[in-house]
Amino acid sequence: MRRYSVFAVAREAMRAHKGWEAQWTSPEPRSAYDVIIVGAGGHGLGAAYYLAKEHGITNVAVIEKGWLGGGNTGRNTTIIRSNYLYEESMDIYEHSLKLWEGLSQDLNYNVMYSPRGVMMLSHNTHDMQSFKRHINANRLYGIDNEWLTPEQAKAYVPVLDISKTARYPINGAALQRRGGTARHDAVAWGYARAASDRGVHIIQNCEVTGIRRGPNGEVLGVETSKGFIGAKKIGVSAAGHSSVVMEMAGVRVPLHSTPLQALVSEPLKPIFPCVVMSNTVHAYISQSDKGELVIGAGTDQYNSYSQTGGLQIITHTLDAICELFPIFRRVKMMRQWGGITDNTPDRSPIQGVTPVPGLFVNCGWGTGGFKATPGSANLFAHLIAKGEPHRLAAGLTLDRFRTGRLIDEAAAAAVAH
Amino acid sequence: MSASSNSGAFRIKGAGRLTPARTARFTFDGKSFTALEGDTVASALLAHGVHLLGRSFKYHRPRGILSAGPEEPNALIDVSRDAARRQPNVRATVQEVFDGAKIVSQNRWPSLKFDVGAINNLFSPFFAAGFYYKTFMWPREAWVKVYEPFIRRAAGLGVAPTEEDPDHYANRYAHCDVLIAGAGVAGLTAALSAAATGASVFLVDEQPEVGGALHYDAATMIDGQNGYDWAQASAAKLKAMPNVTVLTRTTVFGYYNHGFLGLVERVTDHVAKPDKSSPRERLWQVRAKKVVLATGSIERHMVFANNDRPGIMLASAARTFLNHHGVAVGRNVGVYTAHDSAYEAAFDLRRAGVSIAAIVDNRADPSEALLAEARALGISVLSGHSVTDTGGRLRISSMTVARNGGGNARRIAVDALIISAGWTPSVHLFSQSRGKLRFDDVNQRFLPDIYAQDCVSIGGCNGTDDLAELIDEAIAAGGGSVALSGENRFEWTGGMIGAAEGAGPDTTVKAFVDFQHDVTAKDIRLAVREGMHSIEHIKRFTTNGMASDQGKLSNMHGLAIAAEMLDRPIPKVGLTTFRAPYTPVTYGTLVGHSRGELFDPARKTPMHVLETAEGAEFEDVGNWKRAWYYPKRGEDMLAAVNRECRTVREVAGVFNGSTLGKIEVVGPDAAQFLNLLYTNAWDSLKPGKSRYGIMTREDGFVYDDGVVGRLAEDRFHVTTTTGGAPRVLHHMEDYLQTEFPHLRVWLTSTTEQWAVIAVQGPKAREIIQPFVEGVDLSNEAFPHMSVSECSVMGVPARLFRVSFTGELGFELNVPADYGPAVWKAIWERAESMGACLYGTETMHVLRAEKGYIIVGQDTDGTVTPDDAGLGWAVSSKKLDFVGIRGLKRPDLVRENRKQLVGLLTKDPALVLEEGGQIVADPNQAKPMTMLGHVTSAYWSENCGRSIALALVAGGRSRIGETLYVPLKDRTIEVEVTDMVFFDKQGGRIHG
Amino acid sequence: MLLIHCPYCEEDRSELEFRWAGEAHIARPENISAISDEEFAEFFFLRNNEKGLTYERWRHIHGCGRFFNAARDTVSDRFLMTYKAGMPKQPVPETGASEKTVETYEATEGDAR
Repeated sequence: MRRYSVFAVAREAMRAHKGWEAQWTSPEPRSAYDVIIVGAGGHGLGAAYYLAKEHGITNVAVIEKGWLGGGNTGRNTTIIRSNYLYEESMDIYEHSLKLWEGLSQDLNYNVMYSPRGVMMLSHNTHDMQSFKRHINANRLYGIDNEWLTPEQAKAYVPVLDISKTARYPINGAALQRRGGTARHDAVAWGYARAASDRGVHIIQNCEVTGIRRGPNGEVLGVETSKGFIGAKKIGVSAAGHSSVVMEMAGVRVPLHSTPLQALVSEPLKPIFPCVVMSNTVHAYISQSDKGELVIGAGTDQYNSYSQTGGLQIITHTLDAICELFPIFRRVKMMRQWGGITDNTPDRSPIQGVTPVPGLFVNCGWGTGGFKATPGSANLFAHLIAKGEPHRLAAGLTLDRFRTGRLIDEAAAAAVAH
Repeated sequence: MSASSNSGAFRIKGAGRLTPARTARFTFDGKSFTALEGDTVASALLAHGVHLLGRSFKYHRPRGILSAGPEEPNALIDVSRDAARRQPNVRATVQEVFDGAKIVSQNRWPSLKFDVGAINNLFSPFFAAGFYYKTFMWPREAWVKVYEPFIRRAAGLGVAPTEEDPDHYANRYAHCDVLIAGAGVAGLTAALSAAATGASVFLVDEQPEVGGALHYDAATMIDGQNGYDWAQASAAKLKAMPNVTVLTRTTVFGYYNHGFLGLVERVTDHVAKPDKSSPRERLWQVRAKKVVLATGSIERHMVFANNDRPGIMLASAARTFLNHHGVAVGRNVGVYTAHDSAYEAAFDLRRAGVSIAAIVDNRADPSEALLAEARALGISVLSGHSVTDTGGRLRISSMTVARNGGGNARRIAVDALIISAGWTPSVHLFSQSRGKLRFDDVNQRFLPDIYAQDCVSIGGCNGTDDLAELIDEAIAAGGGSVALSGENRFEWTGGMIGAAEGAGPDTTVKAFVDFQHDVTAKDIRLAVREGMHSIEHIKRFTTNGMASDQGKLSNMHGLAIAAEMLDRPIPKVGLTTFRAPYTPVTYGTLVGHSRGELFDPARKTPMHVLETAEGAEFEDVGNWKRAWYYPKRGEDMLAAVNRECRTVREVAGVFNGSTLGKIEVVGPDAAQFLNLLYTNAWDSLKPGKSRYGIMTREDGFVYDDGVVGRLAEDRFHVTTTTGGAPRVLHHMEDYLQTEFPHLRVWLTSTTEQWAVIAVQGPKAREIIQPFVEGVDLSNEAFPHMSVSECSVMGVPARLFRVSFTGELGFELNVPADYGPAVWKAIWERAESMGACLYGTETMHVLRAEKGYIIVGQDTDGTVTPDDAGLGWAVSSKKLDFVGIRGLKRPDLVRENRKQLVGLLTKDPALVLEEGGQIVADPNQAKPMTMLGHVTSAYWSENCGRSIALALVAGGRSRIGETLYVPLKDRTIEVEVTDMVFFDKQGGRIHG
Repeated sequence: MLLIHCPYCEEDRSELEFRWAGEAHIARPENISAISDEEFAEFFFLRNNEKGLTYERWRHIHGCGRFFNAARDTVSDRFLMTYKAGMPKQPVPETGASEKTVETYEATEGDAR
């Protein structure tokens, strides 16, 4: 792989950029692989990369129904943070955040991780109690998260309305300074390039239609639109379609697939310095490097695989945004879109073994999977390579729904992000 | 000076449809101009010979006006009436001029003509598509501190408003039989046809007047009449019909599920002095039984070297400016085309006295009819030729023309160049409706194929080019019958997609595909070379089609260039998704009235005004405004709460409990139903008694709690938490209707029917005694947890003997309308006896002193009744209740679960932080092992020290242990205790 | 925003009046206290989450208040029918060729006809 650098760009500039090679190859599938990963989103591509890099397993295929990075990886609002409440959550999201911090260099691909801060607004006593619980837990766990007064919050985000007369006045905020955003497409592409470079096959436009099992129930491979492809191990990382793929192996997972919408404004000169979220009024917003205000809306209430949603979800979100930032009322929505999120009953992910030998699952990231991409991918690779979860992902198994040992971040995740 | 020269030297006398006498003044970058009423900013500036309107996103290249409509990628301006009414990123081709408008150009510094950012153009070889993914990575910190801020400042077009928008917006809902999007020939005809059937019809068009393509096409005749005039007459006829609504300046921006459409109507943005009562814009949300899409098509530009200079524009745009606005786009105009439509533009310009330098047609053999007309007008046609380059800095000054296949190039001086690569059907709304497209190979365009909703496409957006066919199609779509004939001058043919001659794969020229984002043909090719083979990858890598016009002009060209590189047929490369909105929509319009008070209307109790008069501070609890505390003069919150806490225990206090959720559960099987819904047993509860109940869901975690009073064998008065009432009622209804439908029970929400006045404290009985009739209030007759129907001040009431303070207490429920009167009378008497009013903060402190929990504060959805110390409330005798199985799961019965306990700080003066985490060893390394957290913490004036409740792992077995709460700036030492801090024997409650 | 036919009101009403209530035809076990942990997890957590035809419950919460069942296609979001609570799972009416499900356009990108 030719390394990317400012010198390489300058050299190519001199010859009309004709020397760049393809970032990833598009091979025909082999008859069999050691590992097949279903779903070429950030999690799946990343898992393939870490299988190759950290576990020496390079005979790997990532199979994708559409185009790589085309699911939730390329549809989310790119928020990164690790200030979760429960230890199981802090473990994986902080592991992820640490990987984000060096990801561009590791992949030799600028994923534009931008630790501009994620601020969560508190509007009432209940918010304050909840946020301080998070802040204290995070601090004792070694994760940054701090309490701001309304004035401190305004100093950080000058366009914030902290007047006492607001319908839901702001009584403080929690700020994780290392939180921020990254360029979502670049994450998929960076992992794809680095994985491809290490010999991983990325097979796009190939739909998995079945999972073939052996006499003892173990996986033998996948049936696809390009024929049967064998594999000793299969990792399913199919986000909103996880239920559909797992059903092919007869495994039911506790998921609801619901549309989650987002929207961007027309491009504006820099006006919004960080990410701001409010659970109480249901809003979150940041500004992209291109200048668009990126706004996450809520999920529709029903199960759907349609990648669309109702206008009322969008208007409700904008009500909240304009209530928090009244100067944005004349700004215009340029584009709205939807993705399919896979939500678990406790709003925490599932990563672990399944009742089917050789079949591993990574799903249930719901509305917040982007931030987990490097961490989840890294630990999923460990799971597939070793056959058992890494310590940091040990609590994320399917079994918790039997025992009742849920990781209930639902209260803290009342709003999609 | 005549009016027409006043309104611009390029105004052609006798051309256009505007009235020379009606003028408006505006400024552009500080310079004053006169326009005619009906001008867009674009037409008005063109009339004065101004072509330079903006700078591009990345290279800051000078840009002019490309189109005459909403597809405009270049001419984006900032429009303001005053400081607060300023709008960035407005299309100059859509914005109508109004008197006094202040127009400013964007994305340039210090001026439009001299823009320092244009230096990017020099470095453009470096800034190829996706270059930023390959660099700016070293050193690691520099991305955040140096590169990213630089990129952010350079990007972004307009400047966001800086003041709150003073305008207001309206919202309308409507239903109709047929909604027709687009009021050109097709849409108007369909509307006439549909209206004739008596159906309710919405006809919607984004332009100020109906007519669509007839704005520029002055040659078409309908029913023997000039087409544009026919359109206006038809609209007038439709408007007069009671079953038809005609909306102009209204864009159908979104086509959602089940015939639901979003429309935005621009009401005042074109008006000089808007009526203050008028909304700026109006959102229409329309549910249509059937939708007729008559959205026409959009002309494409030619992709060739330096095709972006000011003065280069679409042929149909030049024709609109001439035939509608009476403006010539130049004096010596070049034409470059691959489609017949540009010929008609050239003919119209020539007839208006404009010199046509040449028609350069990249096709070898244009139709004889066109060539004959050109000859007749003295216009030279260079067929089989291409424009391979242009000259000029801030405006085009020449075009370089060469015969296809490598002939000698020659420069021809021009002051404008009109271009056409053919027409792209506007299938945006069809695609939004989730219809599926097919590729029309012959005409190189995507057309509607499979419909997902009850909808039909007609005319240009359906690829119907022939006028007679179009009219038939429109009449059929309307479902009625109208007689109509149409006649146009030329049948148009031709068109191309992709890069034109001289901009092919072996070239390095800047041939723009997407103007606003500076995406060139070679950027698309670079993306393909780098392995981006999906059209979505190409879009995202190059940002083609992601600018504020959302690819209306660029998508087809980008696709064709990619397909060529990939050597794949276009349908195999695919099409990027059409997403709403069709054109950008103001947030304020979507928000409408939902702002301030109406954003989320506050729920206020009947006594809210009285509480306010008593000086209450309020807190938000859910949607409710609850009295928080009642400070007297000079008191801060702590002082007020301390006084209230003391007074309640020494004398008494009056508290507004009206927000408590209330559900009336009635019916012969009511007790059995409650048995199933609560963990407690209810059979044994006698009428006239009440009991504290715990509700779990099937998972066994505490869901809600409250006191339930049995008024009769078949009637219960159930209370819930303030925030919990709606979900508890929903939960109950779910079980009643679907799991236990055999039970004869009826549920009614009564939260807002009853005003609740709690009187708590040693003198509570004495205070309420004189007002209550029909109940003996004595301890013997009406002990703790009694309930009775009675009369209070002559009003039918329900009286509970109940306490959330640990004191003798009563809760009077009176019909909400009588609440204020009863409250007033009781408070008057209470005050005279030395009692106080108290709010939610004091309520919280007093209940914590007694170890009473608040669901949602001391529990969080992971707490079982036993964890909360309420195991006694879970009946062990019942065979079934919701939660009975969930409670037995392995993790819910394991050792060392977090249990609710009391905490006392070793230093009694220190109040813990709610949310503080608890550890056994504060000196351990991070990540620390946390045992639980502080759920409630207060200064207790009655205990003379701080108190707290906490969830602690194995908490009840740790009583007496010392633990630590490490806060940010210090660590607080605490002792684990039981949960009761005051009146441990509990005698006071029995008064 | 969906348009939903309430089988009790016998009217098409806007989604704003309704609340989705999860998969339909999951009966609470009669002997719930006796079932195993696995059976409980299946009853309480596991759902089909079908892509395509799904049976689900809705409540006309801001209307008549009744729960009812619906058959809907989760790809097109088209309702095939709604019926009253307590009725057994209803067979889905035959759809004509013109009414067949149109796969989400995005899911078929690269495959325009």
